[in-house]
Amino acid sequence: MKTSSIIILVVIAAAIGALLMYSVDFSTYDTIGSAKEKQGQYVHLIAKLDKSKPIQYDALKDPNYLSFYAVDSLGNSTQVIYRNTKPPELEQSERVVLKGKMEGNVFECNDILLKCPSKYKDDKKQLEKTVTQY
Amino acid sequence: MTFENEHLLPGQVGHFFVLLAFVASIVSVISYFKASKAQLENEKQSWIRFARAAFFIEAFSLVAVFACIFYICANHYYEYLYVYKHASKELEPKYLLACIWEGQEGSFLLWSLWHCALGTVLIFTAKKREAPVMAIVNTAQIFLILMLLGLYFFNVRIGSSPFVLTRNELVGPIFSQADYLAFIKDGIGLNPLLRNYWMVIHPPILFLGFASTVVPIAFAYSSLVTKDWGGWVKAALPWTLFSACVLGTGIMMGGKWAYESLSFGGYWAWDPVENAALVPWLILVAGLHCMAIFNSTKNALRASYLFIILTYLFVLYSTFLTRTGILGDTSVHSFTEAGTAMNVLIGIYVIAISLPVFYLFLKNYKSIPSIQKEEDMSSREFWMFIGAVILFLSALFVISITSLPVYNKIFGTNLADPQDREFSYNKVLVLVAVIVGLLTGISQYLKYKKTDKKYLFKKLGWPLGIAFCGTILLAIFYPIEFTKKGPGFLVAIHLALFASVFSVLANAFYLKSVLKWNLKAGGAAIAHFGFALMIGGMLIASGNRKVISDNSKTGLFIPFDKDPTGRATENPMENLTLLKDVPTRMGKYTVTYMNDSASNEKDRTFYNLHFQKIDSITGKVQEDFTLSPDAYRMKDNNLTSNPGTKHYLTHDIFTYISTISVPKTDDDTATFRPHEMAIGDSVFFAKGYYVLNNILKNPDNDRFHFSPSDTALVADITVYSENGTSHKAYPALVIHNQEINFINDTVIAQNLYLNFTGIAANKKFKINSKETDRLEDFITLKAYYFPYINLVWLGLVIMSCGFIVSLVSRVRASKIWAYSSIGLVLIFLFYMFLLANN
Repeated sequence: MKTSSIIILVVIAAAIGALLMYSVDFSTYDTIGSAKEKQGQYVHLIAKLDKSKPIQYDALKDPNYLSFYAVDSLGNSTQVIYRNTKPPELEQSERVVLKGKMEGNVFECNDILLKCPSKYKDDKKQLEKTVTQY
Repeated sequence: MTFENEHLLPGQVGHFFVLLAFVASIVSVISYFKASKAQLENEKQSWIRFARAAFFIEAFSLVAVFACIFYICANHYYEYLYVYKHASKELEPKYLLACIWEGQEGSFLLWSLWHCALGTVLIFTAKKREAPVMAIVNTAQIFLILMLLGLYFFNVRIGSSPFVLTRNELVGPIFSQADYLAFIKDGIGLNPLLRNYWMVIHPPILFLGFASTVVPIAFAYSSLVTKDWGGWVKAALPWTLFSACVLGTGIMMGGKWAYESLSFGGYWAWDPVENAALVPWLILVAGLHCMAIFNSTKNALRASYLFIILTYLFVLYSTFLTRTGILGDTSVHSFTEAGTAMNVLIGIYVIAISLPVFYLFLKNYKSIPSIQKEEDMSSREFWMFIGAVILFLSALFVISITSLPVYNKIFGTNLADPQDREFSYNKVLVLVAVIVGLLTGISQYLKYKKTDKKYLFKKLGWPLGIAFCGTILLAIFYPIEFTKKGPGFLVAIHLALFASVFSVLANAFYLKSVLKWNLKAGGAAIAHFGFALMIGGMLIASGNRKVISDNSKTGLFIPFDKDPTGRATENPMENLTLLKDVPTRMGKYTVTYMNDSASNEKDRTFYNLHFQKIDSITGKVQEDFTLSPDAYRMKDNNLTSNPGTKHYLTHDIFTYISTISVPKTDDDTATFRPHEMAIGDSVFFAKGYYVLNNILKNPDNDRFHFSPSDTALVADITVYSENGTSHKAYPALVIHNQEINFINDTVIAQNLYLNFTGIAANKKFKINSKETDRLEDFITLKAYYFPYINLVWLGLVIMSCGFIVSLVSRVRASKIWAYSSIGLVLIFLFYMFLLANN
């Protein structure tokens, strides 16, 4: 066999392999409404902390249980359970990205990304708020 | 209106030098282009002289710009927005440089300063290629300086100047007052996440790596315009080696930093920012191998061009990903949105150099010589080329997943990361590790053109056999217990482990039996040895990493609530709460949260944890150490924790704080009872009494560290309880920056709060006490066991030295130079990676 055809075969095999691996498990950004329809499917929710409902977390009793409510921009709401410690800046967050699955009426979350005012140095509005506080 | 107390001169000087550097870079580019087009030697020389002068003016100006930024940051001139955003008075001076390159502008400046340094070396070494090479370097400079320009063209601000004034940028009532600066008490300062010595050293190294990738593409360009095919490879090879060494080291410095101070529990998380730097490195290494092939056999010239051009494209693409805010929600540490004009500018920079060079490459593709004869299957160049293609494909694989947010932007889709991001990369790259491991082991013994099969089998027999037996022994006596992804992945891990053990052995044997320890010729073998060691270390460290703070195994806590879904949880309970003074089982250790101690940095607290491992049979203490992970609690409750790590030669115990107790004051009705005490006085409380032993001024001990400008008084108090125990307490009063702070102390066992609020008449001191039944002091932590992590760092250090060995033998450096540069790199890296934080 010609060596160039071997190279081409290797490339094709690797490309197919990569494509297969890669097409498997992308997740999607969803609203709470659409996530509820995709029961059990792994999604990313973009939502806000519902400040009117209680946050349940007591590190003394169980440091790996956090429960709170999230609302999205369409006004839908869901309970969220996160089996990990409470991110300290949760109450201050302006927006949360929740990764997990909808199980019934509860969102089982395994990762939380927070958008916090303090992290946004380049946000001018935020700078204007802080400039006189420090 | 004139504003009071502003220092506008350094900003004006700085901005002038930005403009001067910009103009000089344009002049230099034009002159270098003229010089490369000039036919007459005289004309060429005069253009080159002119271009050099412009280049040195540009370099000088950029140094001056840096000096100005340094000056305004060091003096805390908050009238400059950049200073306000990145500096603060409480920041230790050692972080001054770090806060300069924390921002977009500062990091672009750093990058362009490296271009200046590299350009200076090129002027003296590039000889006949100077003009076209420097034309490219200076074109890159134009773009980088544009980013700092901050001038308006048709109402669009081009670039963002580090010298803009706070009052011009922000809107607020204070800015209409002449004395507005009096209201800005302090800057925001360096993000606590970045307060680490790595923030001082990692960005310069990484940016040197980025900046140096312009040199190979500049050489490629020089050959395309002069139609001197192939001649560039020899000249560019040392630069490519340098670039691969520095960029690789820079990337892994990021990994070491993440491991030491960021709390995601590891050195690599496949974060887009990490990937964006890894991808150009992989392509660069692929290009490096093609160039080496060309140097020996005249094959693979076209591939060398392609990979070198793509390296530069991907360096800038990674800049685009991390700096335009496009990564948004997918990355923990990208820059935020910089404004449309800036994004467009960065976008243009991405393609401004690489696309034209790529076009030249395609245009001349047919004329670039290539050997028509097929390589022999037993030749070194064939397998080296396969290796390069594999590296290139894995780079494409990584970037295709990392670019997800870009697809979303272009196609309007809403795809998100897969459920287990790390695994989706690992499952592919573990196979790459198998192939690359085998190739790096075998290819050393292959000869260019053709290899005698007998020789090959004879030489490879030992390493293959030992690696095979070694891996089987390893699997029996030290198995990788990464079972959560199924047996298929576990098999793949073991294959990769075998391949890397084989590669380590094969390269070591090669150095011994073929090169007879002539290390000077063994750069490639050393680099491959290090690379394989690093991969092997990663497989073991990540495969056998264990969470030891597993709550479900301690049996200490009953679940808080019944699972509302009625399902058993798959999530391990990875966090453990430690009550103060209560010993708790964690893995093989008994851990006690002893106390916390303040640091000399604002808002930072160390939590001292005492670890003990007791042999269950003999009752002897086998290990006994204290770890002090720490955390910054900011005003808005934002908690940033730094791990505490116990380093052993073979493993690390790694802990970080995930939650700390918040003193509950809301429904605590007890109030402080004031007392005025002289030294030696005692006061009774419900469960005993306490004595004021002494008042210490500015003590320096494991609990308190004050800076010389602070005034601190610490009350030394002993609390005697009715059951006969005694405790020490040290409430304190600190005057820092003309502000008084009170540091309360608590005696948990006695539920007693003490504070020290001032000095009363007659040599008495105001000591107040509060008794409450609501005292809770606890921390929640996560702890990992990391085995053999040192192999990763050692491997990296050896690999980098391998690059340097190749580099000095390529440039035919004199013996003294060669040994001293290799020695310095070795000492520096060894210190940084293996000693500095141990």
